[in-house]
Amino acid sequence: MSKPLTIAMPKGRIFEEAAELMRNAGYDIGSGAEESRRLILEFPEQNINVMMAKPMDVVTYVEYGAADIGIAGKDVLLEQDRDVYEVLDLKISPCYIAVAGLPDQPLSRIAPKIATKYPKVASDYYREQGEQIEIIPLNGSIELAPLIGLSDRIVDIVSSGRTLKENGLVEYEKITDITSRLIVNPVSYRTKSDRIDPLIEKMGEQVGVSS
Amino acid sequence: MAKKLMFEKPLGMRDTLPFFYNKKENVRTRLTNAIESFGYQFMDTPLLEYHETVGKVSATLDQQLFKLLDQQGHTLVLRPDMTAPIARVAASQLKEDAFPLRLAYDGSVFRAQQSEAGKPAQFEQVGTELIGDHSSYGDAEVIALLIESLKQTGLEEFVITVGHIGFVRSLFEEVLPQNNEAVETLLEYLYRKNYVGYKSYVASLSISEEAKNSLTALLRLRGSDAVFEEARALAKCQAGLKAMNELKQLHRTLEQYGVASYVQFDLNLISHMDYYTGILFEGYAPNVGALLCNGGRYDALLPSFELNASATGFAVHVERLVEALNGSTEIRKSAVCVIVDDQTFSEGVDKANLLRSENKRVVIQHADQVANLTAFLKKYEEVIDMTGKGATGDE
Repeated sequence: MSKPLTIAMPKGRIFEEAAELMRNAGYDIGSGAEESRRLILEFPEQNINVMMAKPMDVVTYVEYGAADIGIAGKDVLLEQDRDVYEVLDLKISPCYIAVAGLPDQPLSRIAPKIATKYPKVASDYYREQGEQIEIIPLNGSIELAPLIGLSDRIVDIVSSGRTLKENGLVEYEKITDITSRLIVNPVSYRTKSDRIDPLIEKMGEQVGVSS
Repeated sequence: MAKKLMFEKPLGMRDTLPFFYNKKENVRTRLTNAIESFGYQFMDTPLLEYHETVGKVSATLDQQLFKLLDQQGHTLVLRPDMTAPIARVAASQLKEDAFPLRLAYDGSVFRAQQSEAGKPAQFEQVGTELIGDHSSYGDAEVIALLIESLKQTGLEEFVITVGHIGFVRSLFEEVLPQNNEAVETLLEYLYRKNYVGYKSYVASLSISEEAKNSLTALLRLRGSDAVFEEARALAKCQAGLKAMNELKQLHRTLEQYGVASYVQFDLNLISHMDYYTGILFEGYAPNVGALLCNGGRYDALLPSFELNASATGFAVHVERLVEALNGSTEIRKSAVCVIVDDQTFSEGVDKANLLRSENKRVVIQHADQVANLTAFLKKYEEVIDMTGKGATGDE
């Protein structure tokens, strides 16, 4: 038998949706994954190995070929600019990246400070706006930054907008829509196309994209 | 700046230790032998070139160039590839030669890495350039030679994916006449391997449904030569048909070379934004997560050195090839060790010279200089103890 197809799946919030999509496409790889603490799950009857990875790291595993394919958020793809094929919009866990801040607060005239988990996305966006900014990289609770005067604006993921609202922040501009994507390692895309092409096709049918 | 630790090297630079050096040497010899057997002649060029000449026309992105200034204040670059320097030579010192030229190289190239410390900034390429042959026979010769060279190294499983930039461009330009921006955007999406972005950009264009369908149909044109038929139906203009004829001719020729089973086609393959002008290809091996080799036709490069000639070639990434072979190359046998002391030294020299004349590699080691003789002798496949003290490696 050929070597198993390795799939990097994001742990946490996205996992259930992603696993259901895979299941509907005929790849039953969800069972037992969430309860177990094991990081590699084997499904020998389907000749598939599943790696449970942090969502931010899925792209890395796929780029280096540790996983053949993976499911990753577009936010990570935009931020990390990795050499992988982005083959399918799975349309799951929809949200968007937006600029937010305290209401009625004009942007500072000299090098506005922008707090964000997405330094590249933020600086690319402001460069396009012709604005020179200073990035303040944070890892979480980004909403805190404008409240305590650390930054003028934040650039962050918005899904319901509740966190912003509860902290008295308003959305200024939407930067881009985000959904999860099916990604493929460039070498696997060529050397395992007999297994990966049908998978892309079946997944595509699930999300209403004919290839 | 933080003080450098004594073992540190600049970002992306690596040492080549003896065991890896031997493996590389082995792979390199097999590659170069195969290339020479096709009548290609090896040459070398300087490590440093002017940014103004070679740096600017090279396929490597400007931010990846290592730059420095010479005494006169000219910007120099460490050569980022061998193709541009060889084009410079072909267009100057070799321009009176009878073309086509068949040249080959083996050398280190340098590309600065910005984001990752793990990726090498210096790596070895073995490659060829066929200059002055613009036919599909030329393209096929280069691909057949690439496949033959890889096979000679002992690599069994690999795929060469072939595309044609002329086909892609002609399709885009036909569907989007006088819309250069849209053409470039589509090419950029393909280059970035972003099919999702490509499709949504196509959907957003204000063109007919039929035109949109032919743009998305491009993404399906992958696989065996069976895709040619659908591709031909898409290509309506002269340039597109010409490209398809070239691919067909290439496929036929590769069959005649007997290497077609290693080749697949992918008509949306874009290896570089604006370097290649015709057939282009990339090679992959299953257990290496990155590109093993690539190449293609670059007819615009020589004209930038004021020589009107077409060219095609390939480059193999030697370190990645060694990785792909994963130890299956034979490792050179370790040497013989002759252990001597003051009394037996002269005898030891004679013995060593005798063995060397039999093509063996021989170390003469004075017993006093080795602290742990057992550990030391493990490195050698054969030990000859002249001292008679029983230093054979057993305790």
